[in-house]
Amino acid sequence: MERAAVYDNELNLKATELRLGLPGADESEKQSSRNNKRSSAEMDDSRDKDEQESAPAPKAQVVGWPPVRSYRKNILHQKNESDLSGIFVKVSMDGAPYLRKIDLKVYINYQDLLKALENMFKCSIGVYSEREGYDGSEFAPTYEDKDGDWMLVGDVPWDMFITSCKRLRIMKGSEAKGLGCL
Amino acid sequence: MQTDPNGPNPKKSKDSPSNSANTESTQSPSPFPDEVLEKVLSFLNSDKDRSSVSLVCKDWYNAERWTRTKLFIGNCYSVSPEIVARRFTKIKSVTLKGKPRFSDFNLVPQNWGADVHYWLLMFANVYPFLEELRLKRMTISDESLELLATSFPGFRALSLMSCDGFSTDGLKAIATHCRSLTELDIQDVDMDDFCGGWLSCFPEDFGSLEVLNFATLDSEVNFDALERLVSQCKSLRVLKVNKTITLDQLQRLLLRAPQLMELGTGSFQQELLPGQFGDLGIAFSNCKNLRTLSGLWEVASIYFPVLYVACASLTFLNLNYTALRSDEFGSLLAHCPNLRRLWVLDTVEDKGLEAVGSSCPLLEELRVFPADPYDQHLHRGVTESGFVAVSRGCRKLHYVLYFCWQMTNAAVATIVQNCPNFTHFRLCIMNPGRPDYLTNEPMDEAFGAVVKNCTKLQRLSMSGLLTDLTFEYIGKYAKNLETLSVAFAGSSDRGMQCVLEGCPKLRKLEIRDCPFGNAALLSGLEKYETMRSLWMSSCNVTINACQRLAREMPRLNVEVMKDKESDDSRADKVYVYRSVAGPRRDAPPFVLTL
Repeated sequence: MERAAVYDNELNLKATELRLGLPGADESEKQSSRNNKRSSAEMDDSRDKDEQESAPAPKAQVVGWPPVRSYRKNILHQKNESDLSGIFVKVSMDGAPYLRKIDLKVYINYQDLLKALENMFKCSIGVYSEREGYDGSEFAPTYEDKDGDWMLVGDVPWDMFITSCKRLRIMKGSEAKGLGCL
Repeated sequence: MQTDPNGPNPKKSKDSPSNSANTESTQSPSPFPDEVLEKVLSFLNSDKDRSSVSLVCKDWYNAERWTRTKLFIGNCYSVSPEIVARRFTKIKSVTLKGKPRFSDFNLVPQNWGADVHYWLLMFANVYPFLEELRLKRMTISDESLELLATSFPGFRALSLMSCDGFSTDGLKAIATHCRSLTELDIQDVDMDDFCGGWLSCFPEDFGSLEVLNFATLDSEVNFDALERLVSQCKSLRVLKVNKTITLDQLQRLLLRAPQLMELGTGSFQQELLPGQFGDLGIAFSNCKNLRTLSGLWEVASIYFPVLYVACASLTFLNLNYTALRSDEFGSLLAHCPNLRRLWVLDTVEDKGLEAVGSSCPLLEELRVFPADPYDQHLHRGVTESGFVAVSRGCRKLHYVLYFCWQMTNAAVATIVQNCPNFTHFRLCIMNPGRPDYLTNEPMDEAFGAVVKNCTKLQRLSMSGLLTDLTFEYIGKYAKNLETLSVAFAGSSDRGMQCVLEGCPKLRKLEIRDCPFGNAALLSGLEKYETMRSLWMSSCNVTINACQRLAREMPRLNVEVMKDKESDDSRADKVYVYRSVAGPRRDAPPFVLTL
């Protein structure tokens, strides 16, 4: 996923990515050269140094180290969860008399979210495609991001979307056509 | 605390002639009448002074014990409730500390002990006028809290730090029965939070609180009850609420308590309408006495401007649960020129610490906590440069707690040259046994520089790759050292021996995962009686050596805990402490008392 690498600096998506293998194997190149079953005799010096510098990946976590209170661990864990969730955003739909509010944390991906929106507003949003957007469908979901720009829902990875989405607007398909061509 | 082996004199000598001019009695060498002596001694508050006084002679010992009202017991097992009850008769305030400090990091199993109940039973009998109870690392049950609440009509202050064993039910008892309560302070506890209803148990007309800290509780409290409480407690100076309190609720509380000196906010992230934002700013600006600010859970930094006016007079800013970027942090800090104490998360990075150096020239204490202590792969946070930047700008720095992933000997040398007044130097390089990352050498010279330059050093926590040389330096130079924490360090027994032989004021020594063995343990036989306690875990000590220690030093309690997997001869965790109460009677089965 080339895209993921670009966002890595800010969001560290790789760390939250689900995949097989022990935590700590960063890039795929490193992963192939380092496997848990190597014999110590065969390890050359350069690989040794590598191991030391890039932190002990397969090592078990030491009890009580670093010396931070258990309470702090719990707080940070909660904090991490709440950073990515519990995000209520307003949803407006063109032509609807009032807005709704949804919790983005509740949805696991775009499909999930769009289905819910379709149900909530009794509309059909259709399927996203990178090239055409939601072209052809009656409505297109858009959102206002942190910078105040109106973006098409679906372009960026889900994790990035829910942290940058400030509010949603379901646009009429005819208006949204302009966006899809960009 | 020293005890008189002859037993205290039970009768006051009021009826014996106390005219010093006429009687040259060998039994009363004191030139003062007892009443005068007692009056003079009643002004003594420091425990150390009182201890010294009690050793002068029998008269002074008695005068001291009859006038002592504040009891401080640094290790609850060093003395027994019975001994305390016999010696002191007028205690109004008690501070009790229990478990070894490493219990904070899960190194001590549950149900280890330090239960306060037996103490409370004694207090209820002997000190009915007890007003204050401050517990640290003790276990206290709801039943104990109920006993506390109902046994002392004048009870005023309860402070629970790092305690466990109770729930909000116990707090209900306190709120319901303690009519004169002025202080309820709960910090870093491990408790069951069933619901926030305890706050509503304060009587409707209750108005005596001065300190209320429930920041660490999770459940929502009844806001109306809280608002009423705050507006009725005119002397409230410390208010630390929990995360469930929103910004507009906070604004209402601040309006009712502009006299606050210490504030812990709730969540700082709610979406505010422009009017609300302005109101919040006004509420904060009205608090002219604010010196301490904490809380700030889940902060949205766009709301920081409401704090700017209050920040000008802040002396303590506690952001250790607030993940801020360096830029947000810098803009806040620019408004806090009077800070003496600052606690932050390492998300502010070195750039944030540079802002500390330039904005806070009066800073005396800095604590930098890791936002993600198990983040082994990204190693973000702060480095040695941040620390150096602070030391350049904050020459009055004397207390530091610093978590980082890398450090160099040169940086530490520069830091202590800039700030030679360190009394507390706690450096945690989070990768165990990490050398100087530039030179790959051990960090010996770093800590050597610390002890050589900082002659007032009382507390030292070390980390990184360390050989015996570090300990030689400590033994040679750290003459005021009282507390030493060591982990993953040292090369041989000699290291520990250097410290035991060289540090005359050593009181607490805690060691984990070091290659110190029996020779090291046994080199400190007499030394341990001058100390509060020794903790050694995952070192090379055997049970036999511990038994020998116990045999040769009967006034030391030697306790061993074994790990399940280790072999029979190993003493995985050793806790040694002096005691006049003998071995404790409440030791659980997994604690071997030798």
